[in-house]
Amino acid sequence: MRSQVFILLLSLQLFFSLLSPSHAISPGSGDGYTIYGRVKISRNALKEYGLPGKISNIKVILNGGQRVTFLRPDGYFSFYNVPAGTHLLEVAALGYFFSPVRVDVSARNPGKVQAALTENRRALSELVLEPLRDEEYYETREPFSIMSVVKSPMGLMVGFMLIVVFLMPKLMENIDPEEMRRAQEEMRNQGVPTLSSLLPGAGQSS
Amino acid sequence: MVFTVKVYLLLFVTLFASLANYGFSLYEDQVGLMDWRQQYLGKAKHALFHSSKSGRKRVVVSTEENVIASLDLRHGEIFWRHVLGPNDSIDGIEFVLGKYVVSLSSEGNFLRAWNLPDGQMVWESFLQGTNPSKSLLLVPKSLKANQETVILVFGSSCLHAVSSLDGEVIWKIDLTENSVEIQKIIQHHESDTIYAVGFSSPTQFDQFQINVKSGELVKHHTATFSGGFSGELVSVSDDVLVTLDATKSNLVIINLRNGEIGILQTPIAHLIDELSGLIEIVISKLSGLFAVKVDSRLTLVRVKGEGELEVVDKIHSQATLSDALLVSEGQHAAALVQHEGSHVRLTVKLIDNWSSNFIDENIVIDGHRGTVQKFFLHSYIRKDRSHGFRALLVMEDHSLLLVQQGEVVWSREDGLASIVNVVTSELPVEKKGVSIAKVEHNLIEWLQGHLLKLKGTLMIASPEDVAAIQNMRLKSSDKSKMSRDHNGFRKLLIVLTKSGKLFALHSGDGRIVWSRLLQPSHKSEACAPRWLNIYQWQDPHHRAMDENPSVLVVGRCGQSMDGPGLLSFVDTYTGREISSSSQIHSVLQVIPLPFTDSTEQRLHILIDAQSRAHLYPQTSEAISILQSEFSNVYWYSVEADSGVIKGHSLKRNCIDVVDDYCFESKDVWSIILPSETEKITATAERKLNEVVHTQAKVVADQDVMYKYISKNLLFLATVAPKSSGEIGTTTPEDSWLVVYVIDIVNGRILHRMTHHGSTGPVHAVFSENWVVYHYFNLKAHRYEMSVVEIYDQSRADNIDVWKLIIGKHNLTSPISSYSRPEILAKSQSYFFTHSVKAISVTSTSKGITSKQLLIGTINDQILALDKRYLDPRRSINPTQAEKEEGVIPLTDSLPIIPQTYATHALQVEGLRGVVTIPAKLESTTLAFAYGVDLFFTRITPSRTYDSLTEDFSYALLLITIVALVIAIFATWVFSERKELQDKWK
Repeated sequence: MRSQVFILLLSLQLFFSLLSPSHAISPGSGDGYTIYGRVKISRNALKEYGLPGKISNIKVILNGGQRVTFLRPDGYFSFYNVPAGTHLLEVAALGYFFSPVRVDVSARNPGKVQAALTENRRALSELVLEPLRDEEYYETREPFSIMSVVKSPMGLMVGFMLIVVFLMPKLMENIDPEEMRRAQEEMRNQGVPTLSSLLPGAGQSS
Repeated sequence: MVFTVKVYLLLFVTLFASLANYGFSLYEDQVGLMDWRQQYLGKAKHALFHSSKSGRKRVVVSTEENVIASLDLRHGEIFWRHVLGPNDSIDGIEFVLGKYVVSLSSEGNFLRAWNLPDGQMVWESFLQGTNPSKSLLLVPKSLKANQETVILVFGSSCLHAVSSLDGEVIWKIDLTENSVEIQKIIQHHESDTIYAVGFSSPTQFDQFQINVKSGELVKHHTATFSGGFSGELVSVSDDVLVTLDATKSNLVIINLRNGEIGILQTPIAHLIDELSGLIEIVISKLSGLFAVKVDSRLTLVRVKGEGELEVVDKIHSQATLSDALLVSEGQHAAALVQHEGSHVRLTVKLIDNWSSNFIDENIVIDGHRGTVQKFFLHSYIRKDRSHGFRALLVMEDHSLLLVQQGEVVWSREDGLASIVNVVTSELPVEKKGVSIAKVEHNLIEWLQGHLLKLKGTLMIASPEDVAAIQNMRLKSSDKSKMSRDHNGFRKLLIVLTKSGKLFALHSGDGRIVWSRLLQPSHKSEACAPRWLNIYQWQDPHHRAMDENPSVLVVGRCGQSMDGPGLLSFVDTYTGREISSSSQIHSVLQVIPLPFTDSTEQRLHILIDAQSRAHLYPQTSEAISILQSEFSNVYWYSVEADSGVIKGHSLKRNCIDVVDDYCFESKDVWSIILPSETEKITATAERKLNEVVHTQAKVVADQDVMYKYISKNLLFLATVAPKSSGEIGTTTPEDSWLVVYVIDIVNGRILHRMTHHGSTGPVHAVFSENWVVYHYFNLKAHRYEMSVVEIYDQSRADNIDVWKLIIGKHNLTSPISSYSRPEILAKSQSYFFTHSVKAISVTSTSKGITSKQLLIGTINDQILALDKRYLDPRRSINPTQAEKEEGVIPLTDSLPIIPQTYATHALQVEGLRGVVTIPAKLESTTLAFAYGVDLFFTRITPSRTYDSLTEDFSYALLLITIVALVIAIFATWVFSERKELQDKWK
């Protein structure tokens, strides 16, 4: 079903690109001009994103909310009766980052596009708006790995315990038995350090 | 040993540092755990029922919030919805071709067709006229002009015929030159002829006969009527119209039969005995009947033959009429809704046989919904081939109800689409002993749950397990309990809507705890209440067990500023109105004072139109508290039109009125801005309840800066009057933006700055010692955000240790606006990509946690932007010390990181405001955003450093502990054995 829709969409786009004039601004009746344009989102991106990025929910906004319009099935939009001046177009599409576009509508040379992306100052020869990048709103969960468990505080605790339990006796074994005995005697002379003696103030009582 | 501990600690720290990249981000499976969103439409204006044989039954609704939506007729869920621009109000909707719905908006300028199944816009057509006029939409019936339906649109004095297939204009007739105000377009007996009728002067009636196919103006008839016309023109049938004469005492019947205009008049007194109050003709399309409303009572009148009138019915209670509906061949039915005590009576009658009822049902409707404002009737064929009726009721509180067979099938609280303001209230304190037993009871379940979670983290869970885990997390009963919690996450959000209804929403899941439609105690014709704002009235902490918190709702009668005020005090636990007063002095301003009385009621002063201050609560204790602080009460007023900002204080008791609670005020200072160069666009002030942790800010090199923290600061932005319009119409040369920071006690301007080539709209937020504002830079043609931070220089030399020791410091001296301390203001600007609808800042209970700005963008999303990005101390190459302190290198624009959207992949359509509420847990802020949709979430600007996260694995902790205990025992056994062996040696 979806693929059929896209074929239709593409063919419509082709049809329109043959028909539509290359300029995006035309003098309308009365004092205003009309801004035509097209929002183009690549087929793959739209398919991937699925429901939230539906084309029917995309809005095109002129001058920060002064006027709002929606996209036709072929991705075209238009603003009518726009006075001469420098305008700002924004595309509100969930899942995509669009740069706002500066559009100059001048009375002197009607029919000429003067549009530029404000984010990277790229001039547009046609008013075809494409997203600069996709927006992913969620953090991606790292797949489970042994390292993540080891790195977690609990993993570190277990690891440390294992080191103490298994490596320390090995270290003890490597010590010269005589030295060991000497050390043990020394300890016996001093008395086995108890918890109370380690505490501050305990020295006075002993 | 010591070394290993050090290594361990180091690992630990780096681990945490790596986690703290973003302040706020979410995994996809965490959606719905601490946030919720509700979608609404607003008050319905039009509704169309659509029932195709195969597809789902739906109803298309357009609302006063400029929303067009398709709802499921069975459950009231939204299939699709579009929010049009703020100036694009919808004038009418119709079905065409059975698959599209067309909407006419912006006073007949825009005609859009929406695909019925998915809401895709199919075409859009701009209809340009000449003069503003009424806009009308008509889809002529059974017209087959070249196999396509024609849509007739009248707007801006032009009549357009639009093709329903592609929105092309087929023909256009300009009716301007005759200066006729067209009132109605009537299709003549399903033929190609249509009539456009209207008035060209108060006494002249005009009729244009137009051929739909060719767009030819066939005839133009006029007729004069010496009595004059007034009010709406209502069509009774295809060729009979009714209106009132200039004196509103005669009915004027206009007959269009045979292309001639016949005007007859009949005194209303002949039909109705009691003539008092307002007389109007009800605008309902009842084929053959019309209704006259006299003092809110309806009289139904039938038009027979050449204009004979016959009274059909008199309805004595308050009633609402529907439009007539074609039931079967030539049979029209209409419905009537009457309020009878606690229930609503719906009667459906045949137009031709009004005396008998087709259907007579009593429906019980919650009393807090008020009266029926409007309703839409729909008929369907039952299984036994009889007629059934559904009605869609629009209530006084803007809610939408579908009734069928005497029952409410579904209801939608669409009043919540137009929230005026929000306050929060704590929930009741939990009674002891309840929760503990519950936990013990569920201990096994609890363990099982955590084992499941562990399975999830180890990725060995089956799909069913994953679903079970997700379900368990979402349904956690903990978050929707009706009691206070330790973390302060559970609150009641008390919202006031435009319709004057109060709702209490539970912050856990957004459900409505109670709702109440506010009504003045004695409702009268003279007072049309308009509720303005809501304030925290009583917030008991010491006596939380025996006293309920309450809120104050302030309203006004009528539209004018000096209308009498209305006050209502409502208990936030039950929704009960504790007391109310109506028809008091006028209310221009409400100023909550930072004092409470012994019952913890907050003192408020209400300023009336004579700039007198009225004290509430009206107790002697409140007066004594105010008397002791009499000279410390200051407030300000901004007159945006004249460009005057004034500071006021209390003077003395009112002389001319005997009222102890009334005080006269005096002007302390005033700032008059030159009206030819500056126009006020925005103001911002600090939140009254904001907590600041410390005044000192430690900067690099162990240096200290002192924030200038004063509650009495006002941020004010003005733009050049020439550029105060829209962005597209101004040039950078003649536009500028001036910002001020003003002390409202003495009127001192602490900071003033001009941004040349910039213009509004300005959105600003003030917190602690800084203000952030958003505006448009016309030179770069991009939006910008600026930050101003204010520091107290008079305390700067306190860092000298010697002075501290000798005692020559001023740390303990009180901060006073009178002392005029030396201040330092630092400022920096950055580009910001999007337009902004609202801007707010997080607030926490102790003010320790770093701040984030919550920016409602034009995409209706909320971006949580760290305040560190808006720091005037940012530079391109920060020094090592500054880097350690957390100063981010300067970039020209502010970053937009998609993961930091607080709304993640959701939108809050029609966003208007964001409110932040501190939770008890220091790390957490609760944020509530409202517009057409509602959204609530918890935000942790510096992550949850003071509690374990939601996905903390308790099972893993338990397993670790068990493993450690086993290891200890094992080693103990081994060492015992070894010792024994050693002894045997």
